[in-house]
Amino acid sequence: MYNFSQGFLVISTAMLEVDSAEVGLNYSLKSSATENISTSTNDSTGGHGSSTITTLPIVIWKWHHVETPYLVALWILTCWLCKLVAELNHNITSVIPESGLLIMMGFILGGIVWGADKAQTFKLIPVNFFYYLLPQIVLDASYCMPNKLFFSNLGAILVHAVIGTCWNAGTVGIALWGCYEGGAMGNLNIGLLQFLLFGALMSAVDPVAVIAVFEEVHVNEVLYILVFGESLLNDGVTVVLYNVFDAFVSLGGPKINAAEIIKGIISFFVVSFGGSFLGVVFAVLISMLTRVTKNVQVIEAGFIIVLGYLSYLTAEMLSLSAILSITFCGVCCQKYITANMDEKSVTTLRYVLKVMANGSETMIFVFLGLSAIDQNIWVWNTGFILLTILFIVIFRFMGVFFLNWLLNQSRLIPIDLTDQFVMGYGGLRGAVAYGLAASLDEKKIPEKNLMLGTTLIVVYFTVILQGITMKPLVQWLKVKKATQSDLTLNGKMNNRVFEHVLTAMEDICGRMGDNWWTRHWNYFEDKYVCWLLMTSDARKHKDPIFGVFHKLNLEDAKKYVNEGESKGSLAFIRNYDNASVDFKKQLALEYADIMPDIMNDMSEYDFGIDNVPVTSVMKNPLPSVSLNVHELDRKSMLNDLSAHHLLDQHLYKSRRDNRPTYSRSHYNTSENPDEMQEIFQRTMRSRLESFKSAKMGVNPAKKLSKHPKKDSTHKPNGKPADPHRTHPYGDEDFEFSADSASSSEIAGHFPRRNTNAPGAGVDNPAFIPEMDMSPPMRNPPWQTETANNMAVAPSQTAQGRLPWTPTNLRHLAPLRMSTRSTDSFAMADASVDDEAPEEKSGSHHTRL
Amino acid sequence: MGSTNSTLLKIPNVEVLMQETGFSPAHIIRLHDRFKALDKEGRGHLCPHDFGAIKELAMNPIGDRIIGAFFSPGKETVDFHTFVKILAHFRPVDKDRPKEPNSPEPINSRSNKLKFAFQLYDQDKDGKISRDELLQVLRAMLGMQVTDEQLESIADRTIQEADLDRDDTISFEEFRKACKHKRFTMFRFCIRPGERKLMLTLCHWSSELQDQHEL
Repeated sequence: MYNFSQGFLVISTAMLEVDSAEVGLNYSLKSSATENISTSTNDSTGGHGSSTITTLPIVIWKWHHVETPYLVALWILTCWLCKLVAELNHNITSVIPESGLLIMMGFILGGIVWGADKAQTFKLIPVNFFYYLLPQIVLDASYCMPNKLFFSNLGAILVHAVIGTCWNAGTVGIALWGCYEGGAMGNLNIGLLQFLLFGALMSAVDPVAVIAVFEEVHVNEVLYILVFGESLLNDGVTVVLYNVFDAFVSLGGPKINAAEIIKGIISFFVVSFGGSFLGVVFAVLISMLTRVTKNVQVIEAGFIIVLGYLSYLTAEMLSLSAILSITFCGVCCQKYITANMDEKSVTTLRYVLKVMANGSETMIFVFLGLSAIDQNIWVWNTGFILLTILFIVIFRFMGVFFLNWLLNQSRLIPIDLTDQFVMGYGGLRGAVAYGLAASLDEKKIPEKNLMLGTTLIVVYFTVILQGITMKPLVQWLKVKKATQSDLTLNGKMNNRVFEHVLTAMEDICGRMGDNWWTRHWNYFEDKYVCWLLMTSDARKHKDPIFGVFHKLNLEDAKKYVNEGESKGSLAFIRNYDNASVDFKKQLALEYADIMPDIMNDMSEYDFGIDNVPVTSVMKNPLPSVSLNVHELDRKSMLNDLSAHHLLDQHLYKSRRDNRPTYSRSHYNTSENPDEMQEIFQRTMRSRLESFKSAKMGVNPAKKLSKHPKKDSTHKPNGKPADPHRTHPYGDEDFEFSADSASSSEIAGHFPRRNTNAPGAGVDNPAFIPEMDMSPPMRNPPWQTETANNMAVAPSQTAQGRLPWTPTNLRHLAPLRMSTRSTDSFAMADASVDDEAPEEKSGSHHTRL
Repeated sequence: MGSTNSTLLKIPNVEVLMQETGFSPAHIIRLHDRFKALDKEGRGHLCPHDFGAIKELAMNPIGDRIIGAFFSPGKETVDFHTFVKILAHFRPVDKDRPKEPNSPEPINSRSNKLKFAFQLYDQDKDGKISRDELLQVLRAMLGMQVTDEQLESIADRTIQEADLDRDDTISFEEFRKACKHKRFTMFRFCIRPGERKLMLTLCHWSSELQDQHEL
């Protein structure tokens, strides 16, 4: 089974043997350097260090210059190669969880090193573990934590993490001590306090091991979050407990009185809650920072990581719980930074965190295995080891069952017995326990090596044995698995409605329940937290229903693009910009006399159709080869967005048969100039808004307000009241202010977009759906007011041009649309063909 | 518990009510107290403005619809029996309820809960959620955050998702099917009268993320 992987491993590690032996110099701090290493080091130092050279050397061997980073990098590489090897065979990984495999790899590696070196020269030092390997794992876990699930189960998680951990620590320590007093372990130099300390470090359920196992078996969400959340918070609690007991141990038995114990309890709470609070503070800082990082998008994601790490270090500095700090930092800031940052940065952050977390996770497991090959730590005491394993399993189960029984008293849907069993069984111990054991002080605890060895055995036992049996157990117990669910608007919307209904029912029943808290938190968050932590753009779009809508549309767009690519051309996307420009220009010519103010506004845009030939690329300020990712991003973003926008609207053409549709086929029979006019206005507006949104990545502001008076509030930085606003249409809420405010920016971008579409000239394809978007439910003010302005209704030729649809858009329709809308497209196309020759006035309309 | 019994006796037909709704005597008393507290003028029935007086309910974006659900069409008042029956929709489904083929479906059955939810949308009671009805709900909930056009495309998309027979409306059957989706929380759509505390305990949302608990 292992032949292949072993072979590979030997190859991959053979070259490391010498190097790895040398790591001992740096890593084990014991400087148990062997003969040849010291000579080689001396050689290299001698080669470089001699300041008097007789001749100019061409190349110099400068090993000691790069030694430390080189070895670190090599070890990282080795560990990752181990993961690669471990993942090679799926038959193995389906039986043994990856974490177990990595530990076994560590055994092998350690064996190789030992064989070469005859000594254990490196191991995981607690400092490295706690400062360089653990933080990113916790940050990643907390950042990717399903937020809502976590907070809604926070009560249960806290009960398990705090009370459960204390229970485990106390009972394991006392039971072991009892057995020791009873003579089960022979003669050891351990007192009750030391046993309690050992119990505390043994109670750390390792999130890394747990996640690694549970993610493979896909248990249901509640069970997952309970185990995961518990193991994450439990680490923090364990460290705090450990420190308290450690202080007790250094204080010594006789000096401990009631006051000291009370101090210990107080310190426990101060350290845990202080750490959590510090994490929240950092989360606020991060969120506020991401509000202003728009201009340094490239390193945006880096801020989160650095600040997260700082929250860890700061807590450590203040002797608060560092793990809790970084956990809460990640959990709390997640929502706001996701809203604030650019989508690309969010993806970057997620991936970077995953790379770092997975990387250090791999290293931790390999080193856990590696640590086994050490003669020093193996002080064997069968009684101690077996009893430890027995007690941690028994008391874990007892604690879990008892606490769940308590929780079930108030839970609507109780945690059922199988879930409880899996929770208990999922108490895998891992690197945190080992790290804590390794940082025990040998002076205070004479039996440190026994404890360290026992911890390692417990870790191996739980991670490998329980890890392997977890999957069959879950299947055998028929634990509810996670169900795949589709994202649907219906589900999201109904959920929202039911939340409201339930809070209302609570109100009617006159009880402050969970929903009361949820609601008031939401209210508070909406009003203050979001205001403080989110950019205004993000605030506008944070609504989950809209978010789902957006996501679904994005998916459709992607699907559509894929389909289009497999079918052939997506050329219309490139034509899109020019087409719309064309259209606007055309309108500008025709309507200049009717709507002068609109034309004024539009003229600011400098669409560049006159002075920029379509073939020109000179306007593009960026060279085609540029290393500035940010700029390139922004450039391509324009294309992305315009494509997306187009797709967005086409994929979701609303079906509206109960009201007059405006489409090309209806045009001739339409008798209602008001409607035409309204459609025209709406179209103009939505075009402008779509520019705005394409440019700034925001969606159009709330429009079509029924109260024209409110207009001023809609344009915070707009120019003062438009003198032309008193045009005969009286449509004051026809907003261009925001557009004009940003028109200079548009002017900067627009020509660039032009150049992407040399083959322009196809008429605006994005038009029909926008026409259909016109909401007929409302009765906009101008519709009544413009009744006597019919004389200036747009000319028919102009209107006839509006719903122009290129034929290649037709296959958009079947994707997600009703048959009817497909028809309307087809009809529109047909009529385009009929009427195309009639188009004569617009010089820009001729297809190129 | 003499006081309990005497309070119970004041309520007419209390046995029938308990049998229909499944509430325990303690719950009935608790609800009766609440009913009396809401009925400030002591008329023995509640009017819409009694509900409107609840401050939090006024903040609820779809509060008026929920209040409306208490009143059958044409009626301006709701008596205690109806009040309790409406609230009984929110009891969790009894898992081990004896299945009697002849007994009427309990009020808190899944389909009755769905019906209750459905009628919150379906204001004109034509058995269909039209686009306009959906839009009204969406507008109430989403408020000013999205533009009208976005709102409309959301509504359109929502209808298309659920609409199986392509009539641009969501019928009850379609609504029921749409609610089968896993992320849907209909199964959480219940409040639980606590056994010991005589309080109506709302469900713990969190604990019920699985659909397996059939309601």
